[in-house]
Amino acid sequence: MISVFATTLFALGVAAAMAIARATIGPTSFDRVLAVNTVGSIAVLLIAVYGFFDGRPEFLDIALLYALINFIGTIAILKFFRFGTLGDHALSDDDEKGGDAA
Amino acid sequence: MSIGGMSIGGIIEIIGMTSLFVGSVAVIFGALGLLRLGDVYQRMHGAGIVDTGGAGLVLFGLLLLSPDWTVSVRLILIGFILVLTGPTATHAIARAVRAAGEEPENVAPKKSAKRKTGNRRRA
Repeated sequence: MISVFATTLFALGVAAAMAIARATIGPTSFDRVLAVNTVGSIAVLLIAVYGFFDGRPEFLDIALLYALINFIGTIAILKFFRFGTLGDHALSDDDEKGGDAA
Repeated sequence: MSIGGMSIGGIIEIIGMTSLFVGSVAVIFGALGLLRLGDVYQRMHGAGIVDTGGAGLVLFGLLLLSPDWTVSVRLILIGFILVLTGPTATHAIARAVRAAGEEPENVAPKKSAKRKTGNRRRA
């Protein structure tokens, strides 16, 4: 039983390493966002499986929070890419390029 | 109660372990696709495998192996949140890539595609 969790942890670690490699070498910034989002999903699974591996399933609460924060972070980064700002103040006149993309 | 000499709990445990194993294989293949495919849109396919097949199977396996019902509730909640947020994030990324003007590689060749549709219309 323990070895099943250990094998899953190892596989998730390898997958996270591959996703981090893509986030490092990604040609465009969207590749990096996609890879970081995938790393977040793998981290949620990693935390959950580690909780079972260690016999402390309370780790699932942390995995729950991580899943939510991962989504918020991805949307925040994409909004920053498109609008150049995270706040809700209006864009200045010489900044129209970001508004056109929407 | 037993089926074929095995208890129900043992069978559920074996199904859970198998699901964990298949889920980790799916996660590895998805990450491999994320690393090796040639285009942002194609890499999105690999990320989708990690989000759906990998996460779903791993969480399902943990659900079958969970010792307590509170743990099961948390696992179902995590799965629900991942199902809700994963496609939304991928869709937002795809929209942002399209808005940035990136074209997909390997779309159908233009001239021959047009000729083919014309032939079909005539026939």
